Amino acid sequence: MLREPVVKKLINDPADVLAESLRGVEAAHPELRVDHEHRIVYRARAKSDGKVALISGGGSGHEPLHGGFVGPGMLDAACAGEVFTSPTPDQMVEATTVVDRGAGVLHIVKNYTGDVMNFEMAGEMAAADGGVDVRTVVTRDDVAVEDSTYTAGRRGVGVTVLLEKIVGAAAEEGQDLDAVESLAQRVSDGGRSMGIALTSCTVPSAGRPTFDLPEDEIEVGVGIHGEPGRHREALTGASEIARQLVDPVLADHDFTTGPTIALLNGMGGTPLIELYLMYGEVTRLLASAGVEVARCLVGNYITSLDMAGASLTLLAADEEMVRLWDAPVSTPGLRWGA
Amino acid sequence: MTQSLTQAQLVAWLGAFRDAVHEHRAHLTELDAAIGDADHGTNLTRGMDAVMALVDSDDVPDTAASLLKAVGMKLVSTVGGASGPLYGTFFLRAAAAAGDAETLDAEAVLGMLRAGVEGLASRGKASVGDKTMVDALAPAVQALADAVGRGDGLPAGLRAAAVAAAEGREATTPLEARKGRASYLGERSTGHTDPGAASATMLVEALADAVA
Repeated sequence: MLREPVVKKLINDPADVLAESLRGVEAAHPELRVDHEHRIVYRARAKSDGKVALISGGGSGHEPLHGGFVGPGMLDAACAGEVFTSPTPDQMVEATTVVDRGAGVLHIVKNYTGDVMNFEMAGEMAAADGGVDVRTVVTRDDVAVEDSTYTAGRRGVGVTVLLEKIVGAAAEEGQDLDAVESLAQRVSDGGRSMGIALTSCTVPSAGRPTFDLPEDEIEVGVGIHGEPGRHREALTGASEIARQLVDPVLADHDFTTGPTIALLNGMGGTPLIELYLMYGEVTRLLASAGVEVARCLVGNYITSLDMAGASLTLLAADEEMVRLWDAPVSTPGLRWGA
Repeated sequence: MTQSLTQAQLVAWLGAFRDAVHEHRAHLTELDAAIGDADHGTNLTRGMDAVMALVDSDDVPDTAASLLKAVGMKLVSTVGGASGPLYGTFFLRAAAAAGDAETLDAEAVLGMLRAGVEGLASRGKASVGDKTMVDALAPAVQALADAVGRGDGLPAGLRAAAVAAAEGREATTPLEARKGRASYLGERSTGHTDPGAASATMLVEALADAVA
């Protein structure tokens, strides 16, 4: 007997999930302004003239990324696409025009084919229309994907959160567009990530899990939309899973030459008690590998709807990045010192 | 041999493409589910419905260039994902190539399609063999160029282009994807026809049907 699958989510019509969620964001955060027509989240109080503006955006379903990182010390605006679908250039052009204070705009883009192409068109259109100086940084930190000319390249994941914080602080203290762009590139270059999934996620409009994962297996190297990873393995204990996150990241980049900023990120369906347990395992492995974690973040910051699992992001930072990391930030998703 | 593409045929082309993506919506989505994210049929249907709402309205642009540009902008803002910028760029570049030409003879149509396909390929940084739309579109342009060189006329040339596109689409099946989300699958992407090549073939077939 075939039954209609029950979609057990707190939603009304699956087609209205994004629009209705943005209404809630507006109600919860008077310090933000939501343009419902263009699906853009702005700071309620715009920056003063002469400040470089930061815009990011992408498919929805990764909350708090990106709208939850709009505010003093991070982004000026975030463009929301449908769940797991890139926003469109007209949204990005609108956001770019609105936030430009004459000092230029940096677009922060995760390396996914759709996002990259839509932001590329937006940059061309904004430059042609209004002469806004638009620069772009594309994050590509997911070591699960083989980086070769024969693929779309590494996916942009966790380092995007660290970049939006660090570069947001630099823009806030008045660094110019060249400096902001070059810092963004250095942060992007120094970041590496690896993720695992314990379960699939369920896209509201699809109503069923994106992929089938047997009860006793994990997907190693999963992407933030449930894209396939490197391979599947039998479910083991947290200390073994921690090794599967740490080893490929350390194998890909040297983190022993300076301070490291670490993000142990939840995919959305894993409780904090498990994320902290994993972070304990991860730090033990990092310490024995000679990696000094200067700052860290543990929690759900770049999620994949209701997927259970975690990802580890390490950023080979420097003193300047750590200083900017500590600078005040006041957003729904990150808040300190403000 | 003075056949040229009329404004009515351009509109008929867009209508035929809309009908084709509607008819094959489930098939396109099925192809995409195998190696992508299962939304190609849905996204293109949404985009072409928006295009036809524009074309059927009272203020439909009255030159080839302005019509194609409006179509491109509409697709860019409604399709999303990667297909939006790709098809959007195709129409925007075709519009630029059409320029203020009074009549679109076979030579001009070739120039328009070639510019569109080159723009699309460069937007996607794709070449023939990457298992993308380009695998259908590049042979189609070549077939039309050959026909125009022979002086075959527009209907025969576009028919040859449609045949070449379909052959290019079929040729994507054994290939390993090198672009887009399918490329994450590596060799697991072989044995599946590329959904972009499938919809791109419909675009060329629709044009051939519109001028037949």
